[in-house]
Amino acid sequence: MPTETTPLLEVRHLSVNFKTRSVLDDVSFSVARGEIFGLLGPNGSGKSTTFHVLTGVLRPRAGELVFRGTRIDPGERDMRRRMGVVFQAPSVDINLSCRENLLLAARLHRVPRSARDARVRDLLGLADLTDRADDRVKTLSGGMKRRLELARSLVHEPEFLILDEPTVGLDEASFERTWQRLTRLRAERGLTLLLSTHRPEEAARCDRLAVLDGGRVVTVDTPAALQARVSGDVVRLMGPDPEEIAATLAARFPHAVTVEAQGVALVVERGHEWIPRFVEAFPAGRLSAVEMHRPSLADVFLSLTGHALSDAGGLAP
Amino acid sequence: MTPGSNQPSAVAGASALRDDLATIGVLWSRDLVRFLRQPTRIIGALAQPIVFWLLIGGGMASTFRYGAAPEVGYMQYFYPGILVMMVLFASIFGTITVIEDRHAGFLQSVLVGPGSRAAVVIGKSIGVGSVGLVQAAVFLCLAPAAGFGLGDIDWLTLVYALGVGALGLSAFGFSLAWLTDSTQAYHAVMSIVLLPAWVLSGAMFPPSDDHAVLAALMRANPMSYLVAGVRHALHVTGETPAAAGASLGTSLAVLTAFAAASVALATFAIYRKR
Repeated sequence: MPTETTPLLEVRHLSVNFKTRSVLDDVSFSVARGEIFGLLGPNGSGKSTTFHVLTGVLRPRAGELVFRGTRIDPGERDMRRRMGVVFQAPSVDINLSCRENLLLAARLHRVPRSARDARVRDLLGLADLTDRADDRVKTLSGGMKRRLELARSLVHEPEFLILDEPTVGLDEASFERTWQRLTRLRAERGLTLLLSTHRPEEAARCDRLAVLDGGRVVTVDTPAALQARVSGDVVRLMGPDPEEIAATLAARFPHAVTVEAQGVALVVERGHEWIPRFVEAFPAGRLSAVEMHRPSLADVFLSLTGHALSDAGGLAP
Repeated sequence: MTPGSNQPSAVAGASALRDDLATIGVLWSRDLVRFLRQPTRIIGALAQPIVFWLLIGGGMASTFRYGAAPEVGYMQYFYPGILVMMVLFASIFGTITVIEDRHAGFLQSVLVGPGSRAAVVIGKSIGVGSVGLVQAAVFLCLAPAAGFGLGDIDWLTLVYALGVGALGLSAFGFSLAWLTDSTQAYHAVMSIVLLPAWVLSGAMFPPSDDHAVLAALMRANPMSYLVAGVRHALHVTGETPAAAGASLGTSLAVLTAFAAASVALATFAIYRKR
Protein backbone atom coordinates (compact mmCIF):
# COMPACT_ATOMS: atom_id res chain seq x y z
CA MET A 1 0.00 0.00 0.00
CA PRO A 2 1.58 3.27 -1.06
CA THR A 3 2.11 5.83 1.68
CA GLU A 4 3.13 9.46 1.63
CA THR A 5 6.78 8.51 2.01
CA THR A 6 6.80 5.97 -0.83
CA PRO A 7 8.53 7.55 -3.81
CA LEU A 8 6.10 8.27 -6.62
CA LEU A 9 8.45 6.71 -9.13
CA GLU A 10 11.51 4.56 -8.81
CA VAL A 11 13.67 3.83 -11.81
CA ARG A 12 15.96 0.87 -11.22
CA HIS A 13 18.92 -0.23 -13.30
CA LEU A 14 17.50 0.92 -16.62
CA SER A 15 19.56 -0.01 -19.68
CA VAL A 16 18.76 0.67 -23.32
CA ASN A 17 20.67 -0.35 -26.43
CA PHE A 18 20.23 0.90 -29.96
CA LYS A 19 21.52 -2.12 -31.88
CA THR A 20 24.82 -2.79 -30.11
CA ARG A 21 25.38 0.76 -28.86
CA SER A 22 24.50 1.36 -25.22
CA VAL A 23 22.52 4.60 -24.80
CA LEU A 24 21.38 4.09 -21.20
CA ASP A 25 23.56 2.17 -18.81
CA ASP A 26 22.22 1.13 -15.40
CA VAL A 27 20.26 4.33 -14.78
CA SER A 28 18.61 4.50 -11.34
CA PHE A 29 16.90 7.34 -9.50
CA SER A 30 13.72 7.92 -7.56
CA VAL A 31 11.27 10.80 -7.56
CA ALA A 32 9.40 11.76 -4.39
CA ARG A 33 5.81 12.99 -4.40
CA GLY A 34 5.59 16.71 -5.00
CA GLU A 35 9.23 16.89 -5.97
CA ILE A 36 10.75 18.76 -8.90
CA PHE A 37 13.34 16.30 -10.12
CA GLY A 38 15.66 17.17 -13.00
CA LEU A 39 17.81 15.16 -15.36
CA LEU A 40 20.75 17.41 -16.18
CA GLY A 41 22.94 16.58 -19.13
CA PRO A 42 23.97 17.68 -22.62
CA ASN A 43 22.24 16.54 -25.81
CA GLY A 44 22.83 12.84 -26.28
CA SER A 45 23.31 12.08 -22.60
CA GLY A 46 20.21 9.88 -22.48
CA LYS A 47 17.57 12.24 -21.08
CA SER A 48 15.02 11.81 -23.87
CA THR A 49 15.71 8.07 -24.04
CA THR A 50 14.92 7.79 -20.33
CA PHE A 51 11.61 9.57 -20.92
CA HIS A 52 10.82 7.39 -23.94
CA VAL A 53 11.16 4.36 -21.69
CA LEU A 54 9.06 5.88 -18.90
CA THR A 55 6.26 6.73 -21.32
CA GLY A 56 6.29 3.32 -22.98
CA VAL A 57 7.51 4.55 -26.35
CA LEU A 58 10.73 2.57 -26.08
CA ARG A 59 11.34 -0.84 -24.54
CA PRO A 60 14.40 -1.10 -22.29
CA ARG A 61 16.89 -3.94 -22.48
CA ALA A 62 16.89 -4.23 -18.68
CA GLY A 63 15.59 -2.51 -15.59
CA GLU A 64 12.37 -2.00 -13.72
CA LEU A 65 9.95 0.73 -12.75
CA VAL A 66 8.08 1.09 -9.49
CA PHE A 67 5.19 3.53 -9.67
CA ARG A 68 3.24 4.41 -6.51
CA GLY A 69 4.83 1.47 -4.74
CA THR A 70 3.86 -1.10 -7.38
CA ARG A 71 6.15 -2.67 -9.94
CA ILE A 72 4.88 -1.86 -13.42
CA ASP A 73 5.88 -2.40 -17.01
CA PRO A 74 7.08 0.73 -18.80
CA GLY A 75 4.13 2.55 -20.34
CA GLU A 76 1.51 0.68 -18.31
CA ARG A 77 -1.98 2.17 -18.63
CA ASP A 78 -2.31 3.19 -14.99
CA MET A 79 0.79 5.34 -15.28
CA ARG A 80 -0.27 6.77 -18.66
CA ARG A 81 -3.57 7.81 -17.09
CA ARG A 82 -1.88 9.65 -14.26
CA MET A 83 0.89 11.44 -16.10
CA GLY A 84 1.11 14.34 -18.48
CA VAL A 85 3.93 14.43 -21.01
CA VAL A 86 5.61 17.22 -22.93
CA PHE A 87 8.04 15.84 -25.46
CA GLN A 88 10.86 17.74 -27.04
CA ALA A 89 9.23 17.28 -30.46
CA PRO A 90 5.86 18.97 -30.94
CA SER A 91 2.78 16.85 -30.33
CA VAL A 92 -0.06 19.20 -31.11
CA ASP A 93 -1.83 19.17 -34.48
CA ILE A 94 -0.76 22.33 -36.32
CA ASN A 95 -3.80 22.22 -38.62
CA LEU A 96 -6.22 22.46 -35.71
CA SER A 97 -6.81 25.44 -33.43
CA CYS A 98 -5.51 25.74 -29.88
CA ARG A 99 -8.98 25.08 -28.52
CA GLU A 100 -9.52 22.04 -30.77
CA ASN A 101 -6.20 20.56 -29.72
CA LEU A 102 -7.09 20.94 -26.05
CA LEU A 103 -10.59 19.56 -26.58
CA LEU A 104 -9.20 16.48 -28.35
CA ALA A 105 -6.74 15.96 -25.50
CA ALA A 106 -9.63 16.32 -23.01
CA ARG A 107 -11.63 13.68 -24.88
CA LEU A 108 -8.59 11.40 -25.10
CA HIS A 109 -8.24 11.53 -21.32
CA ARG A 110 -12.00 11.24 -20.75
CA VAL A 111 -12.43 14.56 -19.02
CA PRO A 112 -16.20 14.60 -18.34
CA ARG A 113 -18.11 16.39 -21.08
CA SER A 114 -19.59 18.88 -18.63
CA ALA A 115 -16.14 19.93 -17.43
CA ARG A 116 -14.36 20.10 -20.77
CA ASP A 117 -15.18 23.62 -21.90
CA ALA A 118 -14.28 25.18 -18.57
CA ARG A 119 -11.09 23.15 -18.34
CA VAL A 120 -10.01 24.18 -21.82
CA ARG A 121 -10.80 27.83 -21.06
CA ASP A 122 -8.68 27.68 -17.90
CA LEU A 123 -5.77 26.09 -19.73
CA LEU A 124 -5.93 28.65 -22.55
CA GLY A 125 -5.65 31.30 -19.84
CA LEU A 126 -2.80 29.50 -18.17
CA ALA A 127 -0.94 29.41 -21.48
CA ASP A 128 -1.70 33.09 -22.24
CA LEU A 129 -3.45 31.95 -25.42
CA THR A 130 -7.03 33.07 -24.72
CA ASP A 131 -7.04 35.59 -27.56
CA ARG A 132 -5.48 33.04 -29.95
CA ALA A 133 -7.82 30.21 -28.91
CA ASP A 134 -9.38 29.71 -32.33
CA ASP A 135 -6.29 30.32 -34.43
CA ARG A 136 -4.64 27.34 -36.02
CA VAL A 137 -1.52 26.24 -34.24
CA LYS A 138 0.61 26.71 -37.35
CA THR A 139 0.09 30.47 -37.08
CA LEU A 140 1.53 30.60 -33.53
CA SER A 141 5.11 31.50 -32.61
CA GLY A 142 7.47 28.84 -31.28
CA GLY A 143 7.04 30.03 -27.70
CA MET A 144 3.23 29.96 -27.97
CA LYS A 145 3.34 26.41 -29.32
CA ARG A 146 5.51 25.38 -26.41
CA ARG A 147 3.05 26.88 -23.94
CA LEU A 148 0.20 25.07 -25.67
CA GLU A 149 2.10 21.79 -25.32
CA LEU A 150 2.39 22.39 -21.61
CA ALA A 151 -1.32 23.25 -21.33
CA ARG A 152 -2.22 20.07 -23.22
CA SER A 153 -0.21 17.94 -20.82
CA LEU A 154 -2.28 19.33 -17.92
CA VAL A 155 -5.73 18.71 -19.42
CA HIS A 156 -6.55 15.68 -17.24
CA GLU A 157 -5.10 17.21 -14.06
CA PRO A 158 -2.30 14.65 -13.88
CA GLU A 159 -0.47 14.01 -10.64
CA PHE A 160 2.82 13.64 -12.43
CA LEU A 161 4.38 15.58 -15.33
CA ILE A 162 7.22 14.46 -17.56
CA LEU A 163 8.77 17.44 -19.34
CA ASP A 164 11.52 16.96 -21.91
CA GLU A 165 13.38 20.28 -22.19
CA PRO A 166 10.16 22.20 -21.42
CA THR A 167 11.49 25.72 -21.95
CA VAL A 168 13.54 25.28 -25.11
CA GLY A 169 12.72 28.12 -27.47
CA LEU A 170 11.13 30.31 -24.80
CA ASP A 171 12.39 33.84 -24.25
CA GLU A 172 13.43 35.00 -20.81
CA ALA A 173 9.99 36.36 -19.86
CA SER A 174 8.16 33.19 -20.98
CA PHE A 175 10.72 31.07 -19.19
CA GLU A 176 10.03 32.95 -15.94
CA ARG A 177 6.25 32.77 -16.34
CA THR A 178 6.36 29.07 -17.18
CA TRP A 179 8.35 28.34 -14.05
CA GLN A 180 6.04 30.48 -11.92
CA ARG A 181 3.12 28.39 -13.18
CA LEU A 182 4.85 25.09 -12.66
CA THR A 183 5.83 25.93 -9.09
CA ARG A 184 2.31 27.20 -8.41
CA LEU A 185 0.79 23.96 -9.73
CA ARG A 186 3.13 22.05 -7.49
CA ALA A 187 2.09 24.15 -4.49
CA GLU A 188 -1.65 23.97 -5.24
CA ARG A 189 -1.99 20.35 -6.32
CA GLY A 190 1.10 18.58 -5.11
CA LEU A 191 2.06 18.00 -8.74
CA THR A 192 5.27 16.03 -9.18
CA LEU A 193 7.62 17.14 -11.96
CA LEU A 194 10.26 15.10 -13.71
CA LEU A 195 12.05 17.19 -16.28
CA SER A 196 15.15 17.14 -18.40
CA THR A 197 17.28 20.14 -19.17
CA HIS A 198 20.67 21.23 -20.32
CA ARG A 199 20.17 24.78 -19.03
CA PRO A 200 21.98 25.49 -15.75
CA GLU A 201 19.47 28.19 -14.77
CA GLU A 202 16.64 25.68 -15.18
CA ALA A 203 18.46 22.94 -13.32
CA ALA A 204 18.94 25.35 -10.42
CA ARG A 205 15.16 25.42 -9.92
CA CYS A 206 14.89 21.69 -9.32
CA ASP A 207 14.75 20.18 -5.85
CA ARG A 208 17.14 17.45 -6.87
CA LEU A 209 19.15 16.62 -9.96
CA ALA A 210 20.44 13.45 -11.53
CA VAL A 211 23.52 14.40 -13.53
CA LEU A 212 23.48 12.32 -16.69
CA ASP A 213 26.46 11.82 -18.96
CA GLY A 214 26.90 9.33 -21.78
CA GLY A 215 23.84 7.35 -20.65
CA ARG A 216 24.98 6.98 -17.03
CA VAL A 217 23.94 8.72 -13.83
CA VAL A 218 27.06 10.45 -12.53
CA THR A 219 25.49 11.60 -9.28
CA VAL A 220 22.15 12.59 -7.70
CA ASP A 221 22.04 15.58 -5.38
CA THR A 222 20.45 18.97 -4.70
CA PRO A 223 21.64 21.89 -6.86
CA ALA A 224 23.16 23.61 -3.81
CA ALA A 225 25.09 20.51 -2.77
CA LEU A 226 26.34 20.05 -6.31
CA GLN A 227 27.53 23.63 -6.50
CA ALA A 228 29.31 23.26 -3.18
CA ARG A 229 31.39 20.48 -4.69
CA VAL A 230 33.33 22.92 -6.86
CA SER A 231 35.47 25.22 -4.82
CA GLY A 232 36.92 28.46 -6.13
CA ASP A 233 35.69 31.03 -8.60
CA VAL A 234 35.24 30.92 -12.34
CA VAL A 235 37.21 33.73 -14.02
CA ARG A 236 36.59 34.58 -17.66
CA LEU A 237 38.90 36.70 -19.78
CA MET A 238 37.21 37.82 -22.98
CA GLY A 239 38.97 38.99 -26.10
CA PRO A 240 39.02 38.74 -29.88
CA ASP A 241 41.63 35.95 -29.93
CA PRO A 242 40.87 33.32 -27.26
CA GLU A 243 43.68 30.99 -28.42
CA GLU A 244 46.28 33.68 -27.92
CA ILE A 245 44.90 34.57 -24.49
CA ALA A 246 45.08 30.90 -23.51
CA ALA A 247 48.67 30.61 -24.73
CA THR A 248 49.75 33.70 -22.79
CA LEU A 249 48.10 32.44 -19.60
CA ALA A 250 49.55 28.95 -20.00
CA ALA A 251 53.03 30.38 -20.33
CA ARG A 252 52.80 32.38 -17.09
CA PHE A 253 50.33 30.70 -14.74
CA PRO A 254 49.83 27.17 -13.46
CA HIS A 255 46.04 27.02 -13.97
CA ALA A 256 44.23 24.83 -16.50
CA VAL A 257 42.62 27.09 -19.11
CA THR A 258 39.52 26.32 -21.16
CA VAL A 259 39.11 28.07 -24.52
CA GLU A 260 35.58 29.27 -25.34
CA ALA A 261 34.03 31.12 -28.25
CA GLN A 262 34.34 34.58 -26.69
CA GLY A 263 37.38 34.10 -24.51
CA VAL A 264 38.90 31.72 -21.96
CA ALA A 265 37.79 30.46 -18.57
CA LEU A 266 39.66 29.12 -15.55
CA VAL A 267 38.75 28.02 -12.05
CA VAL A 268 40.88 29.57 -9.30
CA GLU A 269 40.74 29.95 -5.53
CA ARG A 270 40.34 33.59 -4.43
CA GLY A 271 39.68 34.83 -7.93
CA HIS A 272 39.68 38.50 -6.98
CA GLU A 273 43.36 38.23 -6.06
CA TRP A 274 44.29 36.62 -9.34
CA ILE A 275 42.40 38.91 -11.69
CA PRO A 276 44.84 41.88 -11.51
CA ARG A 277 47.78 39.57 -12.18
CA PHE A 278 46.01 37.98 -15.15
CA VAL A 279 45.12 41.36 -16.61
CA GLU A 280 48.67 42.74 -16.22
CA ALA A 281 49.97 39.84 -18.30
CA PHE A 282 48.36 41.32 -21.40
CA PRO A 283 49.17 44.50 -23.37
CA ALA A 284 46.38 47.08 -23.49
CA GLY A 285 43.57 46.21 -25.92
CA ARG A 286 44.13 42.44 -25.93
CA LEU A 287 41.29 41.82 -23.46
CA SER A 288 37.77 43.18 -23.94
CA ALA A 289 36.21 42.13 -20.62
CA VAL A 290 36.92 40.25 -17.42
CA GLU A 291 34.32 38.57 -15.24
CA MET A 292 34.23 36.43 -12.14
CA HIS A 293 31.40 34.36 -10.68
CA ARG A 294 30.69 31.44 -8.39
CA PRO A 295 30.57 28.15 -10.32
CA SER A 296 27.23 27.54 -12.03
CA LEU A 297 25.75 24.09 -12.53
CA ALA A 298 27.36 24.13 -15.97
CA ASP A 299 30.75 24.49 -14.27
CA VAL A 300 29.80 21.73 -11.84
CA PHE A 301 28.91 19.48 -14.76
CA LEU A 302 32.28 20.14 -16.32
CA SER A 303 34.16 19.34 -13.14
CA LEU A 304 32.15 16.13 -12.65
CA THR A 305 32.40 14.81 -16.19
CA GLY A 306 35.33 16.57 -17.80
CA HIS A 307 33.25 18.02 -20.60
CA ALA A 308 30.75 20.78 -21.26
CA LEU A 309 27.02 20.78 -20.72
CA SER A 310 26.29 22.56 -23.97
CA ASP A 311 28.08 23.68 -27.08
CA ALA A 312 27.99 27.30 -25.96
CA GLY A 313 28.57 28.64 -22.46
CA GLY A 314 29.88 26.83 -19.44
CA LEU A 315 33.53 25.92 -19.36
CA ALA A 316 33.34 24.52 -22.86
CA PRO A 317 36.56 22.86 -24.07
CA MET B 1 -7.87 9.73 -5.79
CA THR B 2 -8.31 5.94 -5.99
CA PRO B 3 -5.22 3.95 -6.84
CA GLY B 4 -5.85 1.94 -10.00
CA SER B 5 -4.43 -1.18 -8.41
CA ASN B 6 -7.25 -1.21 -5.86
CA GLN B 7 -10.05 -1.28 -8.41
CA PRO B 8 -11.89 -4.55 -8.94
CA SER B 9 -10.73 -6.01 -12.25
CA ALA B 10 -14.15 -5.79 -13.91
CA VAL B 11 -14.33 -2.08 -13.17
CA ALA B 12 -10.76 -1.62 -14.36
CA GLY B 13 -11.63 -3.54 -17.54
CA ALA B 14 -14.67 -1.40 -18.29
CA SER B 15 -12.59 1.67 -17.60
CA ALA B 16 -9.87 0.43 -19.97
CA LEU B 17 -12.50 -0.14 -22.65
CA ARG B 18 -13.73 3.44 -22.24
CA ASP B 19 -10.13 4.67 -22.56
CA ASP B 20 -9.80 2.72 -25.80
CA LEU B 21 -13.11 3.98 -27.19
CA ALA B 22 -12.06 7.55 -26.36
CA THR B 23 -8.76 7.02 -28.20
CA ILE B 24 -10.56 5.58 -31.24
CA GLY B 25 -13.04 8.46 -31.25
CA VAL B 26 -10.33 11.11 -31.01
CA LEU B 27 -8.24 9.67 -33.85
CA TRP B 28 -11.30 9.13 -36.02
CA SER B 29 -12.66 12.64 -35.69
CA ARG B 30 -9.23 14.21 -36.00
CA ASP B 31 -8.61 12.72 -39.45
CA LEU B 32 -12.07 13.66 -40.68
CA VAL B 33 -11.91 17.21 -39.32
CA ARG B 34 -8.45 17.74 -40.79
CA PHE B 35 -9.63 16.53 -44.19
CA LEU B 36 -12.72 18.70 -44.22
CA ARG B 37 -10.60 21.64 -43.03
CA GLN B 38 -8.26 21.64 -46.02
CA PRO B 39 -10.11 22.77 -49.16
CA THR B 40 -7.14 22.14 -51.44
CA ARG B 41 -6.95 18.57 -50.23
CA ILE B 42 -10.67 18.02 -50.85
CA ILE B 43 -10.48 19.49 -54.35
CA GLY B 44 -7.37 17.45 -55.17
CA ALA B 45 -8.87 14.28 -53.80
CA LEU B 46 -11.96 14.69 -55.97
CA ALA B 47 -10.50 16.24 -59.10
CA GLN B 48 -7.80 13.62 -59.56
CA PRO B 49 -10.13 10.60 -59.90
CA ILE B 50 -12.46 12.54 -62.18
CA VAL B 51 -9.53 13.47 -64.41
CA PHE B 52 -8.31 9.85 -64.40
CA TRP B 53 -11.73 8.56 -65.19
CA LEU B 54 -12.33 11.02 -68.04
CA LEU B 55 -8.85 10.78 -69.59
CA ILE B 56 -8.15 7.06 -69.27
CA GLY B 57 -11.79 6.12 -69.64
CA GLY B 58 -12.22 8.38 -72.68
CA GLY B 59 -8.94 7.27 -74.23
CA MET B 60 -9.68 3.58 -73.89
CA ALA B 61 -13.35 3.82 -74.82
CA SER B 62 -12.89 3.21 -78.53
CA THR B 63 -10.52 0.22 -78.24
CA PHE B 64 -11.83 -1.63 -75.16
CA ARG B 65 -14.22 -4.50 -75.71
CA TYR B 66 -15.44 -6.42 -72.67
CA GLY B 67 -15.84 -10.03 -73.80
CA ALA B 68 -18.04 -11.03 -70.89
CA ALA B 69 -20.48 -8.18 -71.44
CA PRO B 70 -20.01 -6.37 -74.75
CA GLU B 71 -22.62 -3.75 -73.94
CA VAL B 72 -20.46 -2.36 -71.10
CA GLY B 73 -18.34 0.58 -72.31
CA TYR B 74 -14.98 1.42 -70.79
CA MET B 75 -16.24 4.46 -68.92
CA GLN B 76 -18.64 2.18 -67.14
CA TYR B 77 -16.15 -0.65 -66.71
CA PHE B 78 -13.53 1.70 -65.24
CA TYR B 79 -15.89 3.47 -62.82
CA PRO B 80 -15.74 0.90 -59.96
CA GLY B 81 -11.95 0.84 -60.35
CA ILE B 82 -11.85 4.61 -59.76
CA LEU B 83 -13.91 4.21 -56.60
CA VAL B 84 -11.38 1.68 -55.32
CA MET B 85 -8.49 3.95 -56.35
CA MET B 86 -9.95 6.75 -54.24
CA VAL B 87 -10.11 4.52 -51.20
CA LEU B 88 -6.56 3.27 -51.88
CA PHE B 89 -5.08 6.75 -52.32
CA ALA B 90 -6.85 8.04 -49.24
CA SER B 91 -5.38 5.21 -47.20
CA ILE B 92 -1.88 5.78 -48.59
CA PHE B 93 -1.86 9.53 -48.00
CA GLY B 94 -3.61 9.14 -44.66
CA THR B 95 -1.14 6.64 -43.25
CA ILE B 96 2.16 7.89 -44.69
CA THR B 97 1.81 10.74 -42.20
CA VAL B 98 2.06 8.19 -39.38
CA ILE B 99 5.82 8.05 -40.02
CA GLU B 100 6.30 11.69 -38.97
CA ASP B 101 3.34 11.94 -36.66
CA ARG B 102 4.50 9.25 -34.25
CA HIS B 103 7.85 10.92 -33.59
CA ALA B 104 6.96 14.58 -33.90
CA GLY B 105 3.25 15.07 -33.97
CA PHE B 106 -0.17 14.45 -32.59
CA LEU B 107 0.10 10.65 -32.66
CA GLN B 108 2.96 10.89 -30.17
CA SER B 109 0.64 12.32 -27.53
CA VAL B 110 -2.00 9.67 -28.26
CA LEU B 111 0.55 6.87 -27.87
CA VAL B 112 1.38 8.04 -24.34
CA GLY B 113 -2.28 8.69 -23.57
CA PRO B 114 -4.45 6.19 -21.69
CA GLY B 115 -5.63 4.15 -24.69
CA SER B 116 -4.08 0.86 -25.78
CA ARG B 117 -1.97 0.59 -28.89
CA ALA B 118 -4.61 -1.58 -30.54
CA ALA B 119 -7.02 1.32 -30.08
CA VAL B 120 -4.51 3.58 -31.84
CA VAL B 121 -4.43 1.20 -34.83
CA ILE B 122 -8.20 0.93 -35.01
CA GLY B 123 -8.87 4.64 -34.49
CA LYS B 124 -6.33 5.70 -37.10
CA SER B 125 -7.54 3.08 -39.62
CA ILE B 126 -11.18 4.03 -39.18
CA GLY B 127 -10.30 7.72 -39.45
CA VAL B 128 -8.28 7.33 -42.63
CA GLY B 129 -10.82 4.86 -44.05
CA SER B 130 -13.63 7.35 -43.40
CA VAL B 131 -11.81 10.02 -45.37
CA GLY B 132 -11.67 7.59 -48.31
CA LEU B 133 -15.38 6.82 -47.92
CA VAL B 134 -16.32 10.49 -47.90
CA GLN B 135 -14.42 10.99 -51.15
CA ALA B 136 -15.99 7.89 -52.70
CA ALA B 137 -19.44 9.10 -51.65
CA VAL B 138 -18.94 12.38 -53.50
CA PHE B 139 -17.69 10.55 -56.60
CA LEU B 140 -20.79 8.34 -56.48
CA CYS B 141 -22.82 11.40 -57.44
CA LEU B 142 -21.39 10.79 -60.92
CA ALA B 143 -22.68 7.21 -61.00
CA PRO B 144 -25.62 8.04 -63.29
CA ALA B 145 -23.17 9.59 -65.77
CA ALA B 146 -21.37 6.23 -65.85
CA GLY B 147 -24.60 4.42 -66.55
CA PHE B 148 -25.51 3.28 -63.02
CA GLY B 149 -28.94 4.24 -61.84
CA LEU B 150 -28.78 5.36 -58.20
CA GLY B 151 -31.88 3.28 -57.56
CA ASP B 152 -30.29 0.12 -59.02
CA ILE B 153 -27.25 0.15 -56.75
CA ASP B 154 -27.12 -2.37 -53.92
CA TRP B 155 -26.15 0.26 -51.36
CA LEU B 156 -25.75 -2.08 -48.42
CA THR B 157 -23.24 -4.25 -50.29
CA LEU B 158 -21.48 -1.16 -51.64
CA VAL B 159 -21.07 0.45 -48.23
CA TYR B 160 -19.90 -2.83 -46.72
CA ALA B 161 -17.39 -3.55 -49.49
CA LEU B 162 -15.97 -0.02 -49.58
CA GLY B 163 -16.05 0.34 -45.81
CA VAL B 164 -14.29 -2.93 -45.02
CA GLY B 165 -11.93 -2.39 -47.97
CA ALA B 166 -11.04 1.10 -46.74
CA LEU B 167 -10.45 -0.21 -43.21
CA GLY B 168 -8.24 -3.03 -44.52
CA LEU B 169 -6.18 -0.83 -46.82
CA SER B 170 -5.75 1.81 -44.11
CA ALA B 171 -4.62 -0.76 -41.54
CA PHE B 172 -2.27 -2.21 -44.16
CA GLY B 173 -0.90 1.27 -44.85
CA PHE B 174 -0.51 1.81 -41.11
CA SER B 175 1.55 -1.40 -40.79
CA LEU B 176 3.68 -0.33 -43.71
CA ALA B 177 4.28 3.13 -42.22
CA TRP B 178 5.07 1.70 -38.80
CA LEU B 179 7.40 -1.04 -40.01
CA THR B 180 9.31 0.93 -42.65
CA ASP B 181 9.48 4.07 -40.48
CA SER B 182 10.78 5.97 -43.50
CA THR B 183 8.91 8.01 -46.05
CA GLN B 184 11.25 6.91 -48.84
CA ALA B 185 10.72 3.23 -48.08
CA TYR B 186 6.96 3.75 -47.93
CA HIS B 187 7.08 5.49 -51.32
CA ALA B 188 9.04 2.57 -52.75
CA VAL B 189 6.51 0.01 -51.54
CA MET B 190 3.72 2.22 -52.84
CA SER B 191 5.20 2.31 -56.36
CA ILE B 192 6.29 -1.32 -56.47
CA VAL B 193 3.41 -3.01 -54.65
CA LEU B 194 0.34 -0.87 -53.97
CA LEU B 195 -0.13 0.87 -57.32
CA PRO B 196 0.57 -2.29 -59.40
CA ALA B 197 -1.83 -4.15 -57.12
CA TRP B 198 -4.51 -1.65 -58.05
CA VAL B 199 -3.75 -2.04 -61.77
CA LEU B 200 -3.95 -5.81 -61.31
CA SER B 201 -7.22 -5.72 -59.39
CA GLY B 202 -9.53 -5.79 -62.37
CA ALA B 203 -9.90 -2.02 -61.97
CA MET B 204 -8.45 -1.28 -65.41
CA PHE B 205 -8.89 -4.57 -67.28
CA PRO B 206 -10.44 -7.96 -66.61
CA PRO B 207 -8.26 -11.06 -66.22
CA SER B 208 -7.56 -12.91 -69.43
CA ASP B 209 -6.95 -16.62 -70.02
CA ASP B 210 -4.16 -15.63 -72.45
CA HIS B 211 -2.02 -14.41 -69.54
CA ALA B 212 -2.01 -17.12 -66.91
CA VAL B 213 0.55 -15.39 -64.68
CA LEU B 214 -1.33 -12.11 -64.61
CA ALA B 215 -4.59 -13.93 -63.97
CA ALA B 216 -3.00 -15.81 -61.04
CA LEU B 217 -1.63 -12.54 -59.62
CA MET B 218 -5.06 -11.00 -59.89
CA ARG B 219 -6.62 -13.90 -58.06
CA ALA B 220 -4.06 -13.61 -55.27
CA ASN B 221 -4.58 -9.85 -54.95
CA PRO B 222 -6.94 -8.82 -52.12
CA MET B 223 -7.79 -5.62 -53.98
CA SER B 224 -9.35 -7.73 -56.78
CA TYR B 225 -12.03 -8.78 -54.34
CA LEU B 226 -12.69 -5.18 -53.40
CA VAL B 227 -13.16 -4.27 -57.06
CA ALA B 228 -15.31 -7.37 -57.59
CA GLY B 229 -17.45 -6.56 -54.55
CA VAL B 230 -18.01 -3.01 -55.81
CA ARG B 231 -18.88 -4.32 -59.31
CA HIS B 232 -21.45 -6.66 -57.80
CA ALA B 233 -22.97 -3.83 -55.78
CA LEU B 234 -23.15 -1.53 -58.80
CA HIS B 235 -24.56 -4.28 -61.04
CA VAL B 236 -22.11 -3.63 -63.83
CA THR B 237 -23.63 -6.38 -65.89
CA GLY B 238 -26.51 -8.73 -65.60
CA GLU B 239 -24.16 -11.65 -65.18
CA THR B 240 -21.35 -11.87 -62.66
CA PRO B 241 -18.45 -9.83 -63.94
CA ALA B 242 -15.38 -11.97 -64.28
CA ALA B 243 -13.10 -9.76 -62.20
CA ALA B 244 -10.98 -12.38 -60.48
CA GLY B 245 -13.91 -14.69 -61.10
CA ALA B 246 -15.15 -14.05 -57.59
CA SER B 247 -18.76 -14.32 -56.57
CA LEU B 248 -20.26 -11.69 -54.29
CA GLY B 249 -20.03 -14.01 -51.27
CA THR B 250 -16.38 -14.85 -51.96
CA SER B 251 -15.53 -11.21 -52.54
CA LEU B 252 -16.99 -10.03 -49.27
CA ALA B 253 -15.51 -12.96 -47.36
CA VAL B 254 -11.99 -12.38 -48.73
CA LEU B 255 -12.34 -8.65 -48.13
CA THR B 256 -13.38 -9.19 -44.54
CA ALA B 257 -10.49 -11.60 -43.97
CA PHE B 258 -8.07 -9.08 -45.53
CA ALA B 259 -9.29 -6.31 -43.26
CA ALA B 260 -9.00 -8.51 -40.17
CA ALA B 261 -5.50 -9.64 -41.17
CA SER B 262 -4.40 -6.05 -41.83
CA VAL B 263 -5.66 -4.83 -38.46
CA ALA B 264 -3.91 -7.80 -36.82
CA LEU B 265 -0.68 -7.03 -38.67
CA ALA B 266 -0.80 -3.36 -37.69
CA THR B 267 -1.54 -4.25 -34.07
CA PHE B 268 1.32 -6.74 -34.05
CA ALA B 269 3.62 -4.11 -35.55
CA ILE B 270 2.74 -1.40 -33.06
CA TYR B 271 3.26 -3.68 -30.06
CA ARG B 272 6.34 -5.39 -31.41
CA LYS B 273 8.33 -2.49 -32.76
CA ARG B 274 8.32 0.63 -30.63
